[in-house]
Amino acid sequence: MKTVFYNKRISGILTVLPETVARFEDEIENYTFTREQSLRLQKVMGYKQHRIAKASTATSDMCVFGLEHALAKGWIKREDIGAVIAVTLVPDHFVPHVSNAIQGRCSLGTNVLCMDIQQGCAGFILGLMQAFLLLEHMPDKKILLFNTDVLSHKTSPRDRNSYPLIGDAAALTVIESGDDTAWLNLYMDGTRRNVVGIPAGGTRLPCGPDTGILRQDEEGNLRALEHVVMNGSGVFQFVQTEVPPMIEETLAYAGVQKDDIDWYLFHQPNRFMLKKLAQKLGVPLEKVPMNVEEEYGNPSGASIPAAITLNLSACMQEGKQRCCLSGFGSGVAWGAMVTELGDLHFCDTLISEL
Amino acid sequence: MEDIFKILDDLHPEFDYRASEDYIEDGLLDSFDMVMLVSEMEQRFGVCIDALDILPDNFCTAQAMAELVKKNGGKV
Repeated sequence: MKTVFYNKRISGILTVLPETVARFEDEIENYTFTREQSLRLQKVMGYKQHRIAKASTATSDMCVFGLEHALAKGWIKREDIGAVIAVTLVPDHFVPHVSNAIQGRCSLGTNVLCMDIQQGCAGFILGLMQAFLLLEHMPDKKILLFNTDVLSHKTSPRDRNSYPLIGDAAALTVIESGDDTAWLNLYMDGTRRNVVGIPAGGTRLPCGPDTGILRQDEEGNLRALEHVVMNGSGVFQFVQTEVPPMIEETLAYAGVQKDDIDWYLFHQPNRFMLKKLAQKLGVPLEKVPMNVEEEYGNPSGASIPAAITLNLSACMQEGKQRCCLSGFGSGVAWGAMVTELGDLHFCDTLISEL
Repeated sequence: MEDIFKILDDLHPEFDYRASEDYIEDGLLDSFDMVMLVSEMEQRFGVCIDALDILPDNFCTAQAMAELVKKNGGKV
């Protein structure tokens, strides 16, 4: 779908990270790579370190930590909040919902609408779309969008295809009425839904005695049915085939040229994929931040806000930048948004004890 | 062609790539190896390999890899 939203703006972004930093070099004994292969992969893929939440940390915890911080700083007032949207792949529970947990734990009013969206790496774009739609009906309020995942709890530490890449994080994005325009373009293809998944734990295959047993795949990775499984080649081909034409289409829809864009803020799977994407698009690498995976790990739906707070914190608080945001991943889903970002009330990174 | 074999030998000295007719089918290369090969080939031959060409069929033999380099403007 393509659509355009008028008179909306992103007014603040806060990325919340767990305090534990796990280094790739310290984990390579867990994988089937030789040390030499690992060092090469570190360079090519950007494997360096990732943020891992404590075993006791649930998905809503980082959101609550971030929102309490923003409230204490006076960046947000409770009475201004109209809705809480939580986008996650790994909720605290099936029920109650993550958004309700945030509302209740942060003492938000009962007039605050709560909504969960089960989405992953395209979840920032989808969440912004939902926030903009809600804002049409509550233009005097602020919408809080949380993109939050603790994927480390659902990824096998013995799976070299997934574990070195993932990172835990939450991002709080505030959306309110303003002067900006956002051109949105979104695609979904459920026929390719199995390129990324967690086979067990839902109603199709509930967790049982067998679903937690580690099994070895043909590449030597050990994972259970309750863990994330990713077809790396399938994801790579999906992204390189679908995303460049979709971005070109979005730029044309917004009536801008590639050179008009100051920053291409993409989902952050790994350095290799982003470099190839930038080359395919023909945009300068320096306009495409690609360091989130090596600093934090790939934080799923929080990756675009994390790329902003990691790389553009200073310039986002001074004037406007024309940006092309793009998320792509599970579903499969891929989308982009062209909008101006800047003059943010806050654009920060917060390290939690979680 | 020797340059291609050198890259392969550096990547996996434990394998004999000259004795295989299909590296993928024989389990001598996986998807991560392909990523590392792309990086090495780009540096060695000064090319930029198109993302859509990063497919197993283009890495199953040294000859296929040489063709891939040529297709992307390099000389082997």
